[in-house]
Amino acid sequence: MSSVATKAGPSERVGRPPAIPQFAGRPRYGEKVIRFVLRIAAILTVVITVGILIALIVPSLGFFSQVSVGEFLFGTRWAPRFAEASFGVIPLITATLWTTTIALLVAIPLGLGAAILLAEYASSKARKTLKPILEILAGVPTVVYGLFALQFVQATVLRDWLQLDTGAFSVLAAGLVMGVMIVPTIASISEDAMSAVPSALRQGSAALGANRMQTTMRVVFPAALSGIVAAIVLGISRAIGETMIVAIAAGSQARIVTGPLEQGQTMTGFIANAALGDSRVGSIEYDTLFAVGLLLFGITLIINAISIRFVRRFREAY
Amino acid sequence: MTTQDLRDDEPEALHELAIELERKARARSIPDVPVGVMSCKDVDVYYGKFRAVTGVNLEFGRNEITALIGPSGCGKSTLLRSLNRMNDLVDGARVDGDVLFMGEDIYRKGVDPIEVRRRIGMVFQKPNPFPKSIYDNIAYGPRVTGMKVDSMDDLVEEALTKAVLWDEVKDKLKQSAFGLSGGQQQRLCIARTIAVKPDVILMDEPCSALDPIATMRIEDLMQELRQDYTIVIVTHNMQQAARVADRTAFFTALADKGTGDRTGVLVEFGRTTQIFEDPRDQRTEDYISGRFG
Ligand SMILES: Nc1ncnc2c1ncn2[C@@H]1O[C@H](COP(=O)(O)OP(=O)(O)OP(=O)(O)O)[C@@H](O)[C@H]1O
Ligand SMILES: [Mg+2]
Repeated sequence: MSSVATKAGPSERVGRPPAIPQFAGRPRYGEKVIRFVLRIAAILTVVITVGILIALIVPSLGFFSQVSVGEFLFGTRWAPRFAEASFGVIPLITATLWTTTIALLVAIPLGLGAAILLAEYASSKARKTLKPILEILAGVPTVVYGLFALQFVQATVLRDWLQLDTGAFSVLAAGLVMGVMIVPTIASISEDAMSAVPSALRQGSAALGANRMQTTMRVVFPAALSGIVAAIVLGISRAIGETMIVAIAAGSQARIVTGPLEQGQTMTGFIANAALGDSRVGSIEYDTLFAVGLLLFGITLIINAISIRFVRRFREAY
Repeated sequence: MTTQDLRDDEPEALHELAIELERKARARSIPDVPVGVMSCKDVDVYYGKFRAVTGVNLEFGRNEITALIGPSGCGKSTLLRSLNRMNDLVDGARVDGDVLFMGEDIYRKGVDPIEVRRRIGMVFQKPNPFPKSIYDNIAYGPRVTGMKVDSMDDLVEEALTKAVLWDEVKDKLKQSAFGLSGGQQQRLCIARTIAVKPDVILMDEPCSALDPIATMRIEDLMQELRQDYTIVIVTHNMQQAARVADRTAFFTALADKGTGDRTGVLVEFGRTTQIFEDPRDQRTEDYISGRFG
């Protein structure tokens, strides 16, 4: 997500007759091949991204020829399958907002706390054992988390133990578990960023009479800010885009969500549900999927742009 | 060489002379036995099982500059770091013996290493300004230590002035410290250390990353600071030790016959003039005359 381009000098030309004979190098064909492969890889990434965008935009155009953008973005009733169809996306957005916010409230403090602990307090031995464990956690399939949210968090903890007034699904259960799922992502990337801060800065801070927490918060944290923000943005993107957990545990009725104990269908939850159904290609139902997908894409893009500005403004590059 | 250069050269030569005279004058003015602010009593420093330094007894005199010299690996930095408990940050580092600061052992139970480091500051070999503005670099120490400050602006100006950096940076206090040259960065680090008003300043090869002119400025600065502070400097530069230090301690490393571990020991400690002109130990003489090390 870094927007800083690497400023390489003009590339050395390979195989050009040298001006001074002593400096005649052997032609480095290997380098040429590697450069070619890398260039292809770079181009491919761009092509794929553009391809995804086009694949989203084209069916969306079909959708927006029948439903106005205003009606889509600001409408408060989401009922694409009903005879009296309605395409206001607000209910989906509220559910996504709830699950994402709850997830981040869990994931950011826990993730950053774990990162600080690992990077600044743990012995190098402890770090070497804990970090891989954390990264394994990041690899647990989300369907497992989804079942955990549904069976344990919602049914057992929220309903049986806490006796909360909630149904079979809730955005709270989905959000909490999603938060746990994101912790390793945020912790691991933030820890990398903090560990990369030169220890000379820590020593300089300590030599002035700063304690460890002060050194961490005032020197290491600002210096690692771009990496930490990148970690959080990745966390947010994962929360917004997470599908399995919300499809299983958040519910499937698209109503505006006004509290954490309510069920709700998120944008991704809708896509997952509807995509499993029998929408005909080219029908408005089918195109709806892509309109919602495009919206997701747009939201993620905006968050990225904001975070880049934030980092530019506040980071203390070393 | 242009006339401009000539004109610039002259005051510099005069300046060198002045320093030389000042040094001679000073050499006479220090007491025979240092009036200790800090001292080491039978200090050993270990990294895990490895004994890096052993049996060091030293007295660092008030308002004096003490130079620690010796070949690479003899434990100068190790000893210096043990003087303000920076070694605590190294896994496995341990100090035996007493390091006394104003009569109190800084390794005694109940002593807060944070407070020790506030009273005994340190300047590092490589300039390590924080990635913050020049102003915030200076204000950092007073802020984190909760110093009572009437006006931070005044404190910043005072510290930068003492470090002979004020005139060069007064118009860009809000700019990043990374925009400064290496020599300016090192003076900034010294200013940063001064700002917390320590009693002792430890410097580990503070000029080794600098050009001769920047080095000269830092040496001048040390002479200034000597009025208010006690300074301990590690240096590989013999001329520098001779120029700036009131007393000099020469270390060397002895190999253990069994393990082959090289452990640093103090060979000789005395007035700089004595160490350089009339060394008592053959090893000192060899090192200073460049036959060894
Ligand atoms: N963090 C550390 N862990 C383990 N051993 C160390 C550590 N730092 C230094 N040593 C060892 O302690 C000995 C003394 O090192 P030190 O850096 O104090 O030497 P020095 O006299 O400052 O050398 P130089 O002049 O090259 O800076 C060396 O053998 C070194 O390998
Ligand atoms: Mg050293």
